[in-house]
Amino acid sequence: MPSTGSNAGREPVTFPQYLLLNASRFADRTATRHKDLGIWQSWTWKQQLEEIRAFSIGLQEMGVGQGDKIAIVGTNRPRLYWTFCAVQALKAIPVPVYADAVAEEMAYVLNHAGVCLAVVQDQEQVDKILSFSDEIPALKNIIYDEPRGLRDYDHTHLREYSEVQEKGREAMASDAGRGQAWEDAINASDGEEVSVFLYTSGTTGRSKGVVLKAHTSVKAACDTAGFDHLTENDNVLAYLPLAWAGDHYLNYAQGYVSALCMGCPESPETVAHDLREIGPTFYFAPPRVFEQLLTSVMIRMEDAGSIKKRIFHHYLEVAKIYGEAILEGRPVPFGARLSYWLGDKLVYGPLKNTLGFTNIRTAYTAGEAIGPDLFSFFRALGINLKQLYGQTEAFLYVTAQKDGEIHADTVGKAVPDVEIRIADDGEVLFKSPGMFVEYYADEEKTRETFTEDGFIKTGDAGIFDSHGDLKIIDRAKDVGKLLDGSLFAPKYIENKLKFFPNIKEAVAFGDKRKFCTVLLNIDLAAVGNWAERNNISYASYQELAGLPQVYGMMREHVDQVNRDLSGEELMAGSQINRFLVLHKELDADDGELTRTLKVRRSFIEDRYASLIEALYDGSTEKHVSTEVTYEDGRKGNISATVQIMDMTTHPSVGATQEAAE
Amino acid sequence: MNQHIDPGSLRADDGIERGGMLLHVDNISLSFGGVKAIADISFDIKKGEIRAIIGPNGAGKTSMLNVINGFYHPQEGTITFRGEKRRHMRPHRAASQGIARTFQNIALFKGMSTLDNIMTGRMTLMRSNILAQALWFGPAQKEELAHRETVEKIIDFLEIEHIRKTPVGRLPYGLQKRVELGRALAADPALLLLDEPMAGMNLEEKEDMSRFVLDVNQQFGTTIALIEHDMGVVMDLSDRVVVLDYGRKIGDGSPDEVRNNQDVIDAYLGVSHD
Repeated sequence: MPSTGSNAGREPVTFPQYLLLNASRFADRTATRHKDLGIWQSWTWKQQLEEIRAFSIGLQEMGVGQGDKIAIVGTNRPRLYWTFCAVQALKAIPVPVYADAVAEEMAYVLNHAGVCLAVVQDQEQVDKILSFSDEIPALKNIIYDEPRGLRDYDHTHLREYSEVQEKGREAMASDAGRGQAWEDAINASDGEEVSVFLYTSGTTGRSKGVVLKAHTSVKAACDTAGFDHLTENDNVLAYLPLAWAGDHYLNYAQGYVSALCMGCPESPETVAHDLREIGPTFYFAPPRVFEQLLTSVMIRMEDAGSIKKRIFHHYLEVAKIYGEAILEGRPVPFGARLSYWLGDKLVYGPLKNTLGFTNIRTAYTAGEAIGPDLFSFFRALGINLKQLYGQTEAFLYVTAQKDGEIHADTVGKAVPDVEIRIADDGEVLFKSPGMFVEYYADEEKTRETFTEDGFIKTGDAGIFDSHGDLKIIDRAKDVGKLLDGSLFAPKYIENKLKFFPNIKEAVAFGDKRKFCTVLLNIDLAAVGNWAERNNISYASYQELAGLPQVYGMMREHVDQVNRDLSGEELMAGSQINRFLVLHKELDADDGELTRTLKVRRSFIEDRYASLIEALYDGSTEKHVSTEVTYEDGRKGNISATVQIMDMTTHPSVGATQEAAE
Repeated sequence: MNQHIDPGSLRADDGIERGGMLLHVDNISLSFGGVKAIADISFDIKKGEIRAIIGPNGAGKTSMLNVINGFYHPQEGTITFRGEKRRHMRPHRAASQGIARTFQNIALFKGMSTLDNIMTGRMTLMRSNILAQALWFGPAQKEELAHRETVEKIIDFLEIEHIRKTPVGRLPYGLQKRVELGRALAADPALLLLDEPMAGMNLEEKEDMSRFVLDVNQQFGTTIALIEHDMGVVMDLSDRVVVLDYGRKIGDGSPDEVRNNQDVIDAYLGVSHD
């Protein structure tokens, strides 16, 4: 809280106020780390304040003022995180944009937000923005962090980050009161200003700019930081896309209010290694990441010697039986405890160390359903992995699991100060302290999203279970019916399929159709390794995906899912009748996935219309040619003949029989 | 990041202006027994430019590079490098004079890490003796730290942080090529010879590599001579192109001039040689 002036003793209501507070209460504690040239560099809160102040005043010198929108584009780097605070200090509005967005997507966001200045990471982003600079007349200047390759560019509208900071320092040197005036302006804020525009990943069409206010964002962050007991002793690694609400919330918002130390990886490719070096205490990853981790662990264990393998599998069994009970403090026999302790010395400890999970106190996963086996695996190792349900519009938590009240198939109870209601059609509605003001320049969408009494519609269908925990089934609009009237929840089926490590992605169809069919994407790492071990040669993803042996493997998986479905009264009707393995990986560059890697169902339905038709017309194969977009925006073509396989469905059986399996 | 990889190096300043003559090859002829690999070829390389050497298979491109860095000894002709005329040259002399190269078939130490491989590129610049190095004592320690810093800058420059400690034998081809470029850069060269840096790469890898070649040239002002088969790459990257065919020079000039040269068109489209 501000130590001087009229606001002395008041709780901070903006993030820049927290910066000032942290710089005084934790002046010499590390605020940010970044690995550069192979060595971890660090900045204390005091140094961070100086860096931010210099940049912020430099921006002021360039004419940035209240209400200006500043785009931030790049990977997780300290200078880009500082930019958020530097911009907010001027009551200007940071607009983070996904760094891997193609030019067209980026142009849309920059234009829509009316960005006048962009702070970007490197030449790649500068080039991208210059390529469409004609379309965004509002954009005046670009500031870059990494000068490589930019030396010979025209620098009339291009500046280096450090140059702007230098300008700020000069301004402070020539006017002694400048720095104080900057701080006073921050302290004077009542938190009513807009804190940030967070553009949604665009699961449904064009992305929307979620407008968040400063004091509500601070309140939300304080609530959850309190819920998980985050303090200045905590440690995180920021590796998720900078523009994603989750990253902004977990690393920036929670980071500032709890004054924890945030590490930035050396590069996106070194995250796994940096994680091990940092050893975070708080960790968030989408289920996909945990899945990849488990897959890579299992693959590497396949290559281990037989003794190691035996030890590994033995103690994994022990963990499976007793691990979660020990984690939750439930009673466990002494022998089992001893065995688990030994397992910890031999397997779990070293494994957690390799993954960088040794110090984790709280880990969260969200965004998609997580497989019960996968979820239990990490919990059994002694990692306090929990689920949360959140939305950009809520900034960020709606529900979260409390320590000790963990169930793999629910997302927990409402977090403090959040109200939840289920609408008559099953849609989850909520009210939260951090909730957004509006979608920027989109009144219609804003109106559609709020109910009359001020709740926000999530678009997700959910139910409360007997514990009072929320369970999300699917997107509300995706839940449909087969022609025979049986319930069809595509995501429910897809998730069951995706829980197999060999299946990376699945898209189910069936609404208003005779039966249910799926498109499958194999997981190249898992299936590739399996092929290697079985002496099956292949030259490309496409060839591997089309191999009869791979189809055989997929057939077993699909059959297992059908068997599971047949055991559930409501879902037995939507067993999978036919499937195919897609010849290319679904990719965000082709618009098939969102930037957060969620499937864009309707787009895929259009794009692969001929394949879907073939799934229903009884043909056994189909030739298809698909346009693909390379990372530089150029386009090419992939064509293949895709096999289609029929499945037999299982008669609906009671849940009792399933338990006997 | 600093503009020069190693500001302390003596090589950075040789008194030749950008655009001045760095290397001059005069009437070089090279034959193996009765086979004439190179016949009476002359061309020059100016400081700071990207010079491409192109030609059909067996035209003598790689032989030319081998002559420049002293691996082959021409029977006739002279080479003037930085104003110093010479006929014979040893590869290690060439290396210590500031000529570094990469190879058509990657020639890295497969069992060593990326870091160590690039570190070997600094070898010719190390001054302390082997005993001091082994004991990591006194000046040797200081020297190694300085070299390591330079190597880290190269790793950062080539964006290969994630494979810093990986044995290069385990790396995919495209990355190995990048490591090899890193090792050549580590020698802080005045002239960098690249023998088919993009051979066997896919489109994305080629684009990355082209970016790096351009960046090396711009950022460090390194003069580059490269052999390449991908005409698109050659025409985009190079300032001047020399074209060889059957050991003879048939064209020399800007990419546009070369593209419209009838002899060059004939050589590539295949006209009978009498």
